[in-house]
Amino acid sequence: MSDRVLDISNLRIALNGNEDSQVVKGLNLKIEPGQTMCLVGESGSGKSLTALATMGLLPKVLSPIAGSIVLKGEDMLTATPARMRTLRATAMSMIFQEPMTALNPVARVGQQIEEVLEFHSDLSQSERRRRVLEMMEAVHLPDIEKLYKSYPHQLSGGQRQRIMIAMALIMRPQLLIADEPTTALDVTTQAQILKLIRELREEQGTAVLFITHDMGVVSEIADDVTVLKLGEVMETQSVDNLLRHPQTDYTRDLLRSVPSQVPRPARSVATDEIVLDTDKLCKTYGGGGLFFRAREVMAAQDVSLSLLKGRTLGIVGESGSGKSTVARCIMRLIDPTSGSIKVGGKDIATLSQKDLKPQRKNIQIVFQDPMRSLNPRIEVGESIIEGPLNFGVPRNKAMTRARELLELVGLPASAVDRFPHQFSGGQRQRIAIARALAMDPDVLVADEAVSALDVSVQAQVLDLLAELQARFGLGILFITHDLGVAAQICDDVVVMQYGRVVEYGPAGQVLGAPQQDYTKALIAAAPGRHWDFANFRPFAEAP
Amino acid sequence: MTGQTTTVAPRETISPFAKVRDIVLSSPIVMVATALLAIIVLAAIFAPWIVPHDPVRLTPSVRLKPPNEEYWLGTDAFGRDLFSRIITGGRISLVIGVGAAIAAVAAGLLLGLLAGYIRWMDALLMRMVDGLMAIPNVLLAIAIVSLWGASLWTVLFAITIPEVPRVVRLVRSVVLSAREEPYVEAAIAAGSSTWLIMRRHLVPNTVAPLIIQGTYICASAILTEAILSFLGAGINPETPSWGNIMAEGRIYFQINPGIVLWPGLVVSVAILSINLLGDAVRDALDPRMAQRGIDR
Amino acid sequence: MFGYILQRLLAAIPVMGFVALFVFLLLRLTPGDPAAIIAGDTATPEQLEAIRDSLGLNDPFFVQFFNWIGQLLQGDFGTSILSGKPVIELIQARMEPTISLALTTIILSVVIAVPLGVIAAWKHGTLIDRFVMLLSVVGFSVPVFVIGYLMISLFSMQLNWFPVQGFRPIGDGLGPFLQRIALPTFTLTLLYIALIARITRTSMLEILGDDYIRTARAKGLPESRVLMRHALRNCSVPIITVIGIGFALIISGVVVTESVFNLPGLGRLTVDAVLARDYPVIQAVILLASLIYVVINLLIDIAYVLLDPRIRYS
Repeated sequence: MSDRVLDISNLRIALNGNEDSQVVKGLNLKIEPGQTMCLVGESGSGKSLTALATMGLLPKVLSPIAGSIVLKGEDMLTATPARMRTLRATAMSMIFQEPMTALNPVARVGQQIEEVLEFHSDLSQSERRRRVLEMMEAVHLPDIEKLYKSYPHQLSGGQRQRIMIAMALIMRPQLLIADEPTTALDVTTQAQILKLIRELREEQGTAVLFITHDMGVVSEIADDVTVLKLGEVMETQSVDNLLRHPQTDYTRDLLRSVPSQVPRPARSVATDEIVLDTDKLCKTYGGGGLFFRAREVMAAQDVSLSLLKGRTLGIVGESGSGKSTVARCIMRLIDPTSGSIKVGGKDIATLSQKDLKPQRKNIQIVFQDPMRSLNPRIEVGESIIEGPLNFGVPRNKAMTRARELLELVGLPASAVDRFPHQFSGGQRQRIAIARALAMDPDVLVADEAVSALDVSVQAQVLDLLAELQARFGLGILFITHDLGVAAQICDDVVVMQYGRVVEYGPAGQVLGAPQQDYTKALIAAAPGRHWDFANFRPFAEAP
Repeated sequence: MTGQTTTVAPRETISPFAKVRDIVLSSPIVMVATALLAIIVLAAIFAPWIVPHDPVRLTPSVRLKPPNEEYWLGTDAFGRDLFSRIITGGRISLVIGVGAAIAAVAAGLLLGLLAGYIRWMDALLMRMVDGLMAIPNVLLAIAIVSLWGASLWTVLFAITIPEVPRVVRLVRSVVLSAREEPYVEAAIAAGSSTWLIMRRHLVPNTVAPLIIQGTYICASAILTEAILSFLGAGINPETPSWGNIMAEGRIYFQINPGIVLWPGLVVSVAILSINLLGDAVRDALDPRMAQRGIDR
Repeated sequence: MFGYILQRLLAAIPVMGFVALFVFLLLRLTPGDPAAIIAGDTATPEQLEAIRDSLGLNDPFFVQFFNWIGQLLQGDFGTSILSGKPVIELIQARMEPTISLALTTIILSVVIAVPLGVIAAWKHGTLIDRFVMLLSVVGFSVPVFVIGYLMISLFSMQLNWFPVQGFRPIGDGLGPFLQRIALPTFTLTLLYIALIARITRTSMLEILGDDYIRTARAKGLPESRVLMRHALRNCSVPIITVIGIGFALIISGVVVTESVFNLPGLGRLTVDAVLARDYPVIQAVILLASLIYVVINLLIDIAYVLLDPRIRYS
């Protein structure tokens, strides 16, 4: 028992030391050597704060008011700042969510790793350098001599996270805390980083406290899982037990909300009315410049797709695949370089702003970020009726319709005279959907519309979209990076990479039996693809 | 499923009056600053009725008197009452301060919107703004006044012009970042005209920064006016202003330093109070900007 | 990288072009006859005609402008009306005190202001922080000449530490030079300290909230290392940027300070020119000051290359 790595008991963290505003409420957590403990929860569950408290890095406004965090027999909450500095990197290390911003942009990455040795070892400079290069090799970075001298902006996201891992593990700490380390990464990179963490844990025997919101990731990496909700532990179980036999309603709901990777059964085609159709759509950036010809970037190349009334077409791809560029071109928020965009049979690709205006009502969009998609200064009712007013609908009629729409998306009609900051993220996404519907569009473009939401809220919004689609016969163009979400709601799927369409076909075929290597790789990398979370069993055991 | 999320926070409203009160009461320093500024402004407004002596009447028999019971702060080289002149001098400074703030904000708002929204205007306007910013403001103002004569309007113009570029840049940057916001794109998708988008979604974003920048411009204009008068390029010395009282007192500094230091104290307190109020308004209206530090 | 430098160089040209256009327009847009303004009230019609001729006022507008630019590029800034000497000679004779004052001010300000700003940000919300903030508001608010007279009355008249006025070139020895430049420098430096300390504090505060600072702390580095190596290095770009922009402020301040302390520099030259309405001199000083401003900011743009690898390798 004495060799337990981490023993957190009855940890309470409060805002400004105030008993009544606790954000972590009596948390208990134990980690044995070599064990990977996943801390799972939605936003506001206090999972990151627990990690920061362990490292002694809590923001000033938050402070632990009770409990203990014992690392190898030593309480972190009573250790002196100097002792904490000694323990960091040597006994415990942490890697963070955003590899893009977690490294100092003006220092060479090799030196940033070496800095750890400088303060925590007596090695000579040449020995330090040798150790750093060894460690860079251990995290499988290519061309290490060159990378050693590189700056963070010259590295890819995955490479930066590997640098972070090298930095964290170079002193062989007993505990590695990983706070959503793969959330900001593309799915294929995520798979590689998860593999690396597993590999290093086995090599070094490091215990890992892995924080995530993603059940798929949990199923890939965890030995044991602790589920948190609003600062309280719901349950702690081995991963297999948790996924098969969740003990609390909360965990069960959480698992049920996880979109399955297996495409839903295809819907019958009721119509052949094409509401949106693009042909050889291209968007090129750069190339201008008076003196220096900027390098041309083909953000989208020869994208041809078509969407039927009442159907959902998904565009999936990793970052930089051009999927959002296509959406923005179709909305004419940016001007396509060439190709055609037919909405309801009319080509809008080259229309002037004036001629475009009457066509705008046929196609509407819902954006990713619920915090920014409504003007914070005007009442949501005003936001909803802005479009109808532009098209000559009388004000009181538009407002009546706005109230109806709010009820339709599950909000009270009285919400029309509230301001956006009075709503939660999921509620704002509902309002944004109501605003789009106020125009009675034929096509709704959803650009990562559920990506910023917690998984339970995400499931609700997806259900709402499906319901509205059935009711109004909407064609939905659904842009997402999440194959599970795509599998759950799409009839057809376009897979994009580097601005090009890689594969295009019915969802069951593209996601179920992919033909192209890239699609196969994407699907193989999706975390938790073997698990049917909603039915608490692996797919392999499905009856 | 859709009926789950019906709890919505209650509607809340804050009256502008309550907001101003909160800002003033936000710290003891701001309260003192507001009180001092109020005294200076009220004294300047009611100067003709409250001055103990005629601020422009020459009384050669009482030249350069030290402070005494009749002349609280003493007299200047022409035997004029310094106290009365300082109170009266505030009128010019405040007119210039407020006038320059309004004019610079109005001009900057218009040009900033054009630069932020019309691409070809942007390149041209920003080069002009860079050019104007390269000219030190006191030099530019001196040149204008020395060429066009020292009327109130010329001085106001000369002080306003160098303040405009920063307002243009501020408005432009607010517009450029706001037009990337999804809610602006949603308005475009809803078929809203450029004019409507500007009025409804972009201009309101500039209000808070402009109020703050306006306060700083007010302070800076009073400062520049004092400098211009001090250098002999300000308003005609027959009308007392804080700057020209000091300018006239310069040569007597070793005999009666009060002629320079008293108006200097008043002008400093006035500018300091306005700047402190500006900081308080900034902290109240935009906590994020307080972190970033507005361009001043 | 070279593309970036070339691009900055090319961008400086239209800026100077606009400065020249402003200066040119200022005189041409003056209500009334520019020749009369330049010649002064006592000019005879023949003198006026001669001035009109020499200014080319009888030519079309653009011909005037480009002729004038041509003269400027050849170093011909016209002739002073007051002294009858070429303006360029007058300026050369007055350069040294002004450059000395500007340099001592910048050096002293940076040495004081950067540590103040760093400490204020590090001790955010404490008394030290509030003191630095208050100092910076005061620096922005008190007119330079008021500070100047306070300095004179305290250090020269009461304490007799420094002479009231005058300038000795550095060639006469460091001691006499410093003794006379000290008070003007202290006077002017407060404004500049306010500017630099404020920007240092705000950028430090912003950077101290950045993720890589958390990473540095998670590595167990001592706080001094976190501040100096990781935070301050990332602050260097905003700090030198504001030093460059503040240069326009320094020039304005120099004009006033020279006037207070009677230093025979460009500021005095300008003030005397204003009083005598010697427009060619005013015009030349503005052009020169703006040129220096543009060149300094160009150098700073190029310095970014050294400070920020993201620019170096783009």
